Amino acid sequence: MSDETILTIENLQANVAAEELGILKALDLQVRKGEVHAIMGPNGSGKSTLAKVLMGHPGYRPTGGRVLFAGRDLLAMEPHDRARAGLFLAFQYPVEVPGVSIANFLRTSMQSRLKEGDELDLFDFQDLLLDRMKLLEMEPSFAERSVNDGFSGGEKKRNEILQMAVLKPKLALMDETDSGLDIDALKVVTSGVNTLRREDPDMAIVLITHYQRVLDYITPDVVHVMVDGRIVRSGGPEVALWLEEEGYASWREDEEQAAAI
Amino acid sequence: MPENELVEELDLDQYKYDFRTVDKPVFRTEPGLSEDVVRAISAHKAEPEWMLEFRLKAYRLYLRKPMPTWGADLSDLENVLDKIYYYVRPQDRMKNNWEDVPDNIKNTFDKLGIPQAEQKVLAGVGAQYESEMVYHSLKKEWDEQGVIFDSIEDGLKNHPDIFRKYFASVIPPADNKFAALNSAVWSGGSFVYVPPGVHLDTPLQAYFRVNQERMGQFERTLIIIDEGAQAHYIEGCTAPVYSTESFHSGVIEIVVAKDARFRYTTIQNWSNNMYNLVTQRALVNERATMEWLDGNLGSKATMKYPSCYLVGEGAHGSILSIAYAGDGQHQDTGGKVVHAAPHTTSSIVSKSISKGTGRASYRGLCKVYEGSTSARSNVECDALLINETARSDTYPYIEIDEQSANVGHEATVSKIGDEQLFYLMSRGMSEEEAMALIVRGFIEPIAKQLPLEYAVELNRLIEMEMEGSVG
Repeated sequence: MSDETILTIENLQANVAAEELGILKALDLQVRKGEVHAIMGPNGSGKSTLAKVLMGHPGYRPTGGRVLFAGRDLLAMEPHDRARAGLFLAFQYPVEVPGVSIANFLRTSMQSRLKEGDELDLFDFQDLLLDRMKLLEMEPSFAERSVNDGFSGGEKKRNEILQMAVLKPKLALMDETDSGLDIDALKVVTSGVNTLRREDPDMAIVLITHYQRVLDYITPDVVHVMVDGRIVRSGGPEVALWLEEEGYASWREDEEQAAAI
Repeated sequence: MPENELVEELDLDQYKYDFRTVDKPVFRTEPGLSEDVVRAISAHKAEPEWMLEFRLKAYRLYLRKPMPTWGADLSDLENVLDKIYYYVRPQDRMKNNWEDVPDNIKNTFDKLGIPQAEQKVLAGVGAQYESEMVYHSLKKEWDEQGVIFDSIEDGLKNHPDIFRKYFASVIPPADNKFAALNSAVWSGGSFVYVPPGVHLDTPLQAYFRVNQERMGQFERTLIIIDEGAQAHYIEGCTAPVYSTESFHSGVIEIVVAKDARFRYTTIQNWSNNMYNLVTQRALVNERATMEWLDGNLGSKATMKYPSCYLVGEGAHGSILSIAYAGDGQHQDTGGKVVHAAPHTTSSIVSKSISKGTGRASYRGLCKVYEGSTSARSNVECDALLINETARSDTYPYIEIDEQSANVGHEATVSKIGDEQLFYLMSRGMSEEEAMALIVRGFIEPIAKQLPLEYAVELNRLIEMEMEGSVG
């Protein structure tokens, strides 16, 4: 594992684009290559917002702080440039793209990353896609289905991981990938992710989750607890276990007291 | 001409058929329409007396019928109709050998890729330039099996019995104002006859080009697919861009005899100064199948509703319609299915895309006459809006006089949303690439039915149109 930092977030603040309401408040985070960071927190704490802001969702507006990704000023980049630089977001709610097959979708994604004038080798791509589908225990016919169109919740999540496996990011943000998966699907998905990590030990992961359960399968290096737009505690896997027992109530009370003062 | 040279000549950043050919027609009527113009057209074609009578009667009908007050905005059309040329004869007579076509016309079609297409995958090719078919050819094997693929004028001359039996039988001049106009001044178009049992395994293609300014093109096509026969006819249309309006009004009549199967594909990519008002109708007999595949991409205003009259028991009609309305364009398109026999089935699938100030309207009729027992029809129309200013409307008319009929209608309107774009961009696609992919996905159910070169063309057009749609 290298010591090199892939992601540095300093004092990040962000609003919902149309409102003044702050969702992220002075957030700091550092992720090194190859690390797995879990971010846990209650509903509305800003976990998913963080993922969207990092990917460049137009519905959110960063209002302060800075983010360096692979040495570049991430917030100044368009979403597709962030993707091309090696950032990936596994969506909590993947979007349907009717009429576009998964194979076509991924081929277009791969092609868009090439230099202007370069053509993707379609045979190489086909081999890669089949190989990745095998890794995730998917039938080859899955690639011919329209992206997320009529998919079950579990199929959508697996499709996200398939895309991650094909696009091979430097840093993958996984936004509640575990929710909506039954235990068998969770095992397949997490084992696929672990294989990807073995293939590329430099790949870093920021895992956003409600539940400790997924961390039984993907072992985090660092666990952060996020409450009200801030990281309030960071530590090893023991933090997750502790949270499971205590819940988020104690921070809420702290916040309420702070607000009262 | 080598292919790379061909590509270089076409400017892909804009409407790529915008090139003008400098030429001098051998004859044209004075601008505007009068009885003299109608007589001149008939005289130039050395027509039998009955046809002149037919034209004159239709002309009087045309004068009496009011302009439609629905559909596209035609308020300026009368003005346009006063100024256009109704008949322009580009060469002395039609050729059956490509080499004999005059150079300037040949070059025009070379640029459009017509001879290449013919050599590759077509059973026959026709090309119309201004008011006349300048070229028609049919592969020998089909000729030997009795297939007729000719200009409409030669159809009248050489096959008067079949011609007179069917001409204006499917679309009489009184059908609508523009059918009357076409009946008065028709010129050019194809005459197709496929004998019983003959299966054409590759398509016939006709290409329509309007070259000069202020032109009116009135092609008339008559197609008879005899019992148990099968065929596919493809029509493509382009014109250069002028600041003045041009006018295209075709009448396409089709008879599909019992157990026969026919598909008619149109890819209309007229320049954006063209009014395009077309009447297309098929009479579908017992157990026969008629399929319209109607692509409307160009023109200023199009009103076109391909129709299937299902008159024989078990007849099937299908209309796949795709419309693209960019800035300043109004596509008022859709389809009509009329059930007039038991166990007839039909489906209409319409997809429209509007962008900028473009407007796409779906207008459709499903009519089931009493006695058409167990008729089934399904209509599905989906509209995609690229941005806030684009517009889409749906005008479905359903008239059912038969209790046992089963008719379904479904309509959706969707907008390319931020979430969808963001999802695709998060995978590395630029906003334009993402939009083009979403649009391609939207039209995929229809695009996959198109002959390959048209599917490729459609994809390229969409990519081109998406450029500059961002921001």
